[in-house]
Amino acid sequence: MKEKSSVFSRFGDKKNRGRLMSFALVIIAYIAVEVLLKTGSLGSMFSSLLVPITCYVVAAIGLNLNVGISGELNLGQAGFMSVGAFCGICVSGILAGSITAGIPRLIIAIICGAVLAAVFGFLIGIPVLKLQGDYLAIVTLAFGQIIKSIFMNAYIGIDTEGLHFSFVESNFKLQPGGKMLLNGPMGATGTQKIANFTIGTVLVIVALLVVYNLMFSRSGRAIMAARDNRIAAESVGIPISRTKMLAFVTSAALAGAAGALYGLNYSTLVPNKFDFNTSILILVYVVLGGLGNMTGTIISTVVLILLPELLRSLQDYRMLIYAVVLILIMLVTNNEWLMTKWKSLFSGKAKGGA
Amino acid sequence: MKKMFKTSLAVAMSVCMAAALTACGGSGSASSSAPADSGAAAETTESADTGAKIKIGGSGPLTGPAAVYGQAVKNAAEIAVEEVNAKGGLQFELNMQDDAHDPEKAVTAYGVLKDWGMQVSLATVTSAPGAAVSPSYAEDKIFAITPSGSSTSVIFADPDNLSGAFGNVFQMCFTDPNQGTASADYISGHADLGSKVAIIYKNDDNYSKGIHDTFVAEAAAKSLAVVYEGTFDDSNAQDFTVQLGKAQEAGADILFLPIYYDPASLILTQANGMGYKPTFFGVDGMDGILGLEGFDTSLAEGVYLLTPFSADATDELTVNFVNKYKEKFGEVPNQFAADAYDCIYAIAQACEAAGVTADMSSADICAKLVEQFTSMTFSGLTGSEMTWNANGEVTKSPKAVVIQNGVYVGVED
Repeated sequence: MKEKSSVFSRFGDKKNRGRLMSFALVIIAYIAVEVLLKTGSLGSMFSSLLVPITCYVVAAIGLNLNVGISGELNLGQAGFMSVGAFCGICVSGILAGSITAGIPRLIIAIICGAVLAAVFGFLIGIPVLKLQGDYLAIVTLAFGQIIKSIFMNAYIGIDTEGLHFSFVESNFKLQPGGKMLLNGPMGATGTQKIANFTIGTVLVIVALLVVYNLMFSRSGRAIMAARDNRIAAESVGIPISRTKMLAFVTSAALAGAAGALYGLNYSTLVPNKFDFNTSILILVYVVLGGLGNMTGTIISTVVLILLPELLRSLQDYRMLIYAVVLILIMLVTNNEWLMTKWKSLFSGKAKGGA
Repeated sequence: MKKMFKTSLAVAMSVCMAAALTACGGSGSASSSAPADSGAAAETTESADTGAKIKIGGSGPLTGPAAVYGQAVKNAAEIAVEEVNAKGGLQFELNMQDDAHDPEKAVTAYGVLKDWGMQVSLATVTSAPGAAVSPSYAEDKIFAITPSGSSTSVIFADPDNLSGAFGNVFQMCFTDPNQGTASADYISGHADLGSKVAIIYKNDDNYSKGIHDTFVAEAAAKSLAVVYEGTFDDSNAQDFTVQLGKAQEAGADILFLPIYYDPASLILTQANGMGYKPTFFGVDGMDGILGLEGFDTSLAEGVYLLTPFSADATDELTVNFVNKYKEKFGEVPNQFAADAYDCIYAIAQACEAAGVTADMSSADICAKLVEQFTSMTFSGLTGSEMTWNANGEVTKSPKAVVIQNGVYVGVED
């Protein structure tokens, strides 16, 4: 009995500590970066990486909810990012005439991107979540490809007569002065860059709030129960499909929001950017950071994005070294002996602190 | 014992973190001090060395599938910079960064170059990354001339209407629409090449699609029969037997390939395997096919392509450049190399004429160079008496060459 209560109290500690740590990490990192930016000591290279980092962090947090908490392997996260990105770009382009201020337009675009990605997530989720394991992974993989193909063949433009949309390029003619928002495989060009790091950080915090609140709520416990033992969870009356759907749609919405922010950070974006490789990349961030571990995900995303840039001085060997480092990190983080030592160090510190 | 391990681990971790922090801080502080101290630093080196150097940046695919272009540009630019520096007077320093033909990485590479203190730029080697960084060049007022970023989206903010030119981003190569039109004109003017055209193009590539669109428009205007159009994209750029089979079925005797040489080499090989022998017609992206490792160059015999540069020309400038390039890098330079070489010399000519010195700010240099480029004429490897308009487009017409016995032979119009 005594044993049990201590387990519970430790669980509670751990939960709060994990939560606090990730928020503290984000806020401290934000303040540090802002100070460096204001004093001008952060170079152009790091400044240009800030927004993409927040985008990938949000997408990775979303994917971790799906892979780590809900236990479903999703290989189509980039597809949802793509939906959010092109939706965000279109919304921003359409509103450019009526809302000139960047930030409200950015927020509207992010919300629209998230909502559309969530709708897609729901539609995909209906057939997908009836599957399990490898089958589910393959369907999400296919979904990513389908989304890519759709955007490769979609033409959206705006002119004085309003919005035009077509899947056939040849019957697509805009009035003079019209603007192509999405030009098939050439993607979006000439996008106004309205994304900024502050909004990105806010988005990361919102993503953390959403995921933590979901994780430690009744629904979150149901999601984890469904992951740990589907039959047992069903036997106590947990609606498996619905709980899994909740995680899947939330994950998709976060990816959509991240995509919208990403799309509005570059003046050009091609559908090919969000291919299978990008999905895998986000999955690597999640796996490396630890399944279900949001703080770890944030750290691993930041490290893995910065690593190839910090290795630029190695020139031709850069990508080789990057791959080697990636393998080493995976080996080290999976080394039980090292990890137990690390954990004992960690808990020892916490006890000392308390 | 356990405690010792903990302590040592903690120490190791903190050392790592400190190292990481200093790595960030190091580059950060270097960049912050660069603009402020460059004047003083330049002066000290000037007295000791031959003189302060104008910093020329640029990015291109030094790795990945388009690496041949990036490497060619980097190599040729290095040669040109060495030559300019050897003359005395104007001194250049070159920094080519890798962007792997990815817009996202190109933006980061731009940041790296800015931290380094870039004053003049070769922009990007390929088009899609160019479109991503051109607005930054315009915003930060850094003069840029791309050797080979041929898409209109590199120089126009609104490429749909060809308006909103950045003004300080120039091109050394001819633009894509130009190539499509010239190809269609050439084919329609030479009935002996064939009369039924099939096109295989990469529909997720700015460059390929841009040429395809203008080619089709011009072909319609010249009543040239396009009997088949096949597409491919990044994910299926390995097998072309379906497209080739359909082109053959449609009876095409000319195959127009507005694509890079990498997939083109596969198309040539697979068409040969099928026994399909149309006339192949490529554009400037076909350049480089003879240098591809593992490719049977005899398959490229009789291939037509558009290029402003042929390495077997006998004028002194070309011979000199080709020999130097061969000596240094062991291969025959392609058109991208020639464009890059010309870029450096054009910058040198403009800098000399405008009296640009290394201690000027990039914005001042930019204003002077824009003025020079829009008014000067330049003769180099890829053309003589070239001029630029205010949009940054060069006046240079593509020339057709045919591959015979493994070399380019110019064909008369």
